[in-house]
Amino acid sequence: MIDFTFTEEQEMFRKAASEFAETSVAPHVAEMEKTGEVSDEVVKALGEAEMMALTIPEDFGGLGLGYTARMIALEEISRISVATAMMLQVFALGIEPIVQSGSDELKKKYLPALAKGERLSTTAVTEATGGSDPTGIRTSYKKDGDDFIVNGRKCFITNSHIADTINILTKSEDDPKLFCVFTIDRDMDGWRATHKEHKVGMRGCNTGELAFENLRIPKSQLLGEEGKGLRVSMAAIGDVGRGGMVGCALGLQVACLEESVKFANERILYGKPISALPAIQNKLAEMKIELEAGRLLAYRAAALQDKGQRSSNEFAVAKYFTCEAAQKAAKMAVDIHGGYGCMEEYAVTRFLRDSFVLGPSAGTSDIMKVIIGRWVLA
Amino acid sequence: MLNIIVCVKAVPDPKEACNIKIDPHSKTLMRCDVPLVVNPLDKNAMEAALQLKEQFDVHISVLSMGPPEAGNIVKECLALGADQGFLLCDPAFGGADAYATAFTLAKGIEKIGAYDVIICGMASSDGSTEWVGPEIAAILNIPVVTMVKEIVESDRDRWKVKASLENGYRLMQVKLPAVFTVTRDLNTPRTLSFSGIIKARTKEITRWAISDLGVPAEAVGLKGSPTIVSELSSTESKREAEIIAGTREEKAEFLVQKLADVGVL
Repeated sequence: MIDFTFTEEQEMFRKAASEFAETSVAPHVAEMEKTGEVSDEVVKALGEAEMMALTIPEDFGGLGLGYTARMIALEEISRISVATAMMLQVFALGIEPIVQSGSDELKKKYLPALAKGERLSTTAVTEATGGSDPTGIRTSYKKDGDDFIVNGRKCFITNSHIADTINILTKSEDDPKLFCVFTIDRDMDGWRATHKEHKVGMRGCNTGELAFENLRIPKSQLLGEEGKGLRVSMAAIGDVGRGGMVGCALGLQVACLEESVKFANERILYGKPISALPAIQNKLAEMKIELEAGRLLAYRAAALQDKGQRSSNEFAVAKYFTCEAAQKAAKMAVDIHGGYGCMEEYAVTRFLRDSFVLGPSAGTSDIMKVIIGRWVLA
Repeated sequence: MLNIIVCVKAVPDPKEACNIKIDPHSKTLMRCDVPLVVNPLDKNAMEAALQLKEQFDVHISVLSMGPPEAGNIVKECLALGADQGFLLCDPAFGGADAYATAFTLAKGIEKIGAYDVIICGMASSDGSTEWVGPEIAAILNIPVVTMVKEIVESDRDRWKVKASLENGYRLMQVKLPAVFTVTRDLNTPRTLSFSGIIKARTKEITRWAISDLGVPAEAVGLKGSPTIVSELSSTESKREAEIIAGTREEKAEFLVQKLADVGVL
């Protein structure tokens, strides 16, 4: 029989992540909500708690704990702050292409500092003309001797203004079928973070635009083979990006359920707690069912990923399910809170706003269905 | 090298306090129904030892008595940075009161052998007797300082500590070996780290049963407990709201009378 239980060590990882989130993230949530800005203290704490090191191999200063441990950490952090979990998940999205496709030189150059949180990362694919369809991007590269010259703009990039180590997907000026991914860093001239977005939710997680103007990149910064950059970026997004969003969604599902149970037990109506009402119990049951089902999908996909097997399709299913479930859970949590659910003092209002940012990140639910449809028909 | 033994207890998670039930026959808490965690004040004890380890040549042993599941909290202490773990685990130890617990722990400490400092939380969140630390000291015939809130000096052979009093503190100098029980004012316990958990993979927990301690069955567990619990029950706390009407003076007079009636004034 399949053993669905976590190991003793994984349970301890969950405890560690939960304690970290409650002690180092929770105190900053209100400020992040108010300002919409990234909390430097939270970023520092993430580094000190080795959260960026989870998926980096031990040979390069990481913990090499893999993707189930990462899923556990994201779920627990997202339970307290979806914004922080999102920021963390995208740090890993920036790390993964270097781990998977970087030269030894690039790995030595960036991974140890990324593991410590001394460097912060992201991967930039999306543009106004291409995100879900990355072939539509217009940011271009042109060879100049051994260097590449890059021009263009990226939008909706998580960690755009805090990342100093960024993997950018570019398209050949000469051949639209050729793509390259380069790792760029703050020391290079010719690029800058421009506009900061004001999102409906996940406040405290930075999203914005990047602009590249005659950015000269040496060949040594190329990830993978020249011309095959789509594979590099899509492999990271399919497994790590999607997987990360699943962790964020699971944490939000848990938070919605916990807040709803607490409120339903405290709120008295008709002389008894509203948790005694079948209508409320029905909602709580639905939230619980979808949380349990979501966890099975999420951790199965993460287990496949840990085995080195392809997991992008399984993560597409998990992402569709958990992100939709998180949105439903947030709506139900607000409904259970009644009038209080409209007041910003109550966390459920944040949950509702955060839930709407889950969907589009790393592919909308409709795109997940496209991927799942292709999988079924393949 | 300074040898520190930290005594830790697995207690029902205080966050799940509402789910803790009492066994009507043994008058003890049914600990298996809620998750077990490290007793909160024992975390302060661990933190004190870990802070000393960061400064000096210190070896930390963690000692607990409890059911097999208590092994998890010993493992947690190893992940926090302790060097060795010991779990006294035997059905014969079950139902122990504070004295029998202290006796068993003291026998465990003697079996561990080398010790300069024994640190305990001032009290457990479930039993809350505050007796175990002092009783260990009495059984081992060494000094004890309870309610330590600051370690002022930690020399190799004597410590100077501040111990809380109701309206101040006592400044005490104690020759080692000694037992110290600590309060939450002493420090802020660190949280588990992922790398600490990885390091704990290679740290072993030694499990000792009654036969390993060489003590008679009558001296431990329920049989060795002089305490007789005649009754133990849950209390139910209820809130009532009452709107007071009238003028300001009438409201004040009513309120004073009401508070007097319930014994607050």
